[in-house]
Amino acid sequence: MEHFIQLLIFGVQLGVIYALIAMGYTMVYGIIRLINFAHGDLVMIGAFTAYFVARIPGFGFIPVMVAAMIVPAVISVVIERLAYRPLRNRPRLSVLITAIGVSIFLENLPRMIPVIGPNYRPFPQLIAFREFRLYGSAVVNTIQITNIAASLILLTLLIGIVRFTKTGRAMRAVSFNKEAAALMGIDVNRVIALTFFVGAALAGAGGVLYSLTYPMIDVLMGVWLGTKAFVAAVLGGIGSIPGAVLGGLLMGIVEVFATAFNSELGYGAGFIILILVLLFRPEGLMGRPTIEKV
Amino acid sequence: MLLEVRDLKVAYGAIEAVRGVSFSVDRQEIVTLIGANGAGKTSILRALSGLADIRGGSIEYAGQELRGARPHEIVRMGISHVPEGRLAFLNLSVHENLLLGAYIRKDKKGIEEDLDKVYGLFPRLRERARQISGTLSGGEQQMLVVGRALMSNCRLLLLDEPSMGLSPILVQEVFGTIVSVCRMGTPVLLVEQNAGMALSIADRGYVLETGRVLLEGESSALAGMEEIRAAYLGE
Ligand SMILES: Nc1ncnc2c1ncn2[C@@H]1O[C@H](COP(=O)(O)OP(=O)(O)O)[C@@H](O)[C@H]1O
Ligand SMILES: [Mg+2]
Repeated sequence: MEHFIQLLIFGVQLGVIYALIAMGYTMVYGIIRLINFAHGDLVMIGAFTAYFVARIPGFGFIPVMVAAMIVPAVISVVIERLAYRPLRNRPRLSVLITAIGVSIFLENLPRMIPVIGPNYRPFPQLIAFREFRLYGSAVVNTIQITNIAASLILLTLLIGIVRFTKTGRAMRAVSFNKEAAALMGIDVNRVIALTFFVGAALAGAGGVLYSLTYPMIDVLMGVWLGTKAFVAAVLGGIGSIPGAVLGGLLMGIVEVFATAFNSELGYGAGFIILILVLLFRPEGLMGRPTIEKV
Repeated sequence: MLLEVRDLKVAYGAIEAVRGVSFSVDRQEIVTLIGANGAGKTSILRALSGLADIRGGSIEYAGQELRGARPHEIVRMGISHVPEGRLAFLNLSVHENLLLGAYIRKDKKGIEEDLDKVYGLFPRLRERARQISGTLSGGEQQMLVVGRALMSNCRLLLLDEPSMGLSPILVQEVFGTIVSVCRMGTPVLLVEQNAGMALSIADRGYVLETGRVLLEGESSALAGMEEIRAAYLGE
């Protein structure tokens, strides 16, 4: 029982981070039907932003977090503007390949920048470490609490915006039909840019939170993390916001339990679940079967 | 004139859909464009809204040139367009669809009043306000997109085949709404294949054929013409 609770805490802690990152995949897919392969690299950019900003005297967890959200968000908007938007009305494959290109670029450019380079770097300790006894030998620490609380706040905020605000309505309208949305007076390009901004900001936050727990960062950290978050998004039903949360949590929990069972199994567990779910529900757990449009 | 279109040309690649069309809409007027499938009616409306590739001519609206403006800017200038094929946002509730119709407005009180007006006009929408609009019937969706357009408080309403796929009773209802919209002061440019209905409520009409204006005039005069009765009214 103690063991179970302990693993569950680990799983949720990892799961909320997957959920944060999965959100960007699902939102961008929802709005322009693009699998943004460069999304994982924004996680890395967030982590590196935090790494540098944390050196500024007086910058604690919150300012570091804000910076680590804004920098990838701005970069993401620039990428959308320069690389994706010109191809928006072209065959979808062109944009997909461009996204892969952008990803390779983002992974390799920083390696050439002397202050970043290809090596692992120790991530600063932004949160004072303390442990609290929960139940029997099960413990929870300040980093886990920070991870879970920060993720839940950001995810709740995002869901609230999408559900209840005028901007959120505009996002959902654009995701359904861009022309019809434009006929409502919605600036479709702005809404798409905003979607990239928000998705990347969450990815940046995910990068910081992940690095608090696994405090070694490098330029390729986004590849594996991004892939797992993408799997989480597909698992939950890509395009579905609650699906990304569910998929992320499920991925995190399954991965932790599988690793505890057999450390080799941990890596593959998420994918096994994915295959099983897709066999029975191709649209993912919370995805809607696509509505064919005329 | 509120809207003055001169020698408009629209093409899709090498296909010339509209080949030099001129027409106008004045304040307080219902003007209809009628013509067979493929005549270019939808292309004209899409050009007005900035959605089609304009190859020539000019579109003057309230003294401003619309050519080159982006769709959302045109909406902000006061033109509301109900596109062909009733594009309701099926992933949003009825209420949210109506609110999106008022997307460009800031006057909260006016929006509330207009919501009431639309719900009064289409009581069925009020009953289904919280329902996802994907669950509505075709006729209800058509009411929704017309109601949504009314929420924009526009100065010119463009309607593309609002009667398509509706039962005769619903057609009556929708056309009745169009007349009352115009009476309240909003001019309407109505595109229809249902020429008889369109001419019965419009002040003036233009008959299109393969991208050109074949005939124009007062609706009553058009409805009385032999060739129109034969070709478009099925007599
Ligand atoms: N997206 C498009 N691509 C190519 N041709 C088109 C497109 N839309 C319309 N057309 C062509 O333009 C002409 C006019 O079509 P349209 O404006 O839809 O006419 P209507 O609304 O009167 O039926 C038709 O010949 C049609 O085939
Ligand atoms: Mg048409």
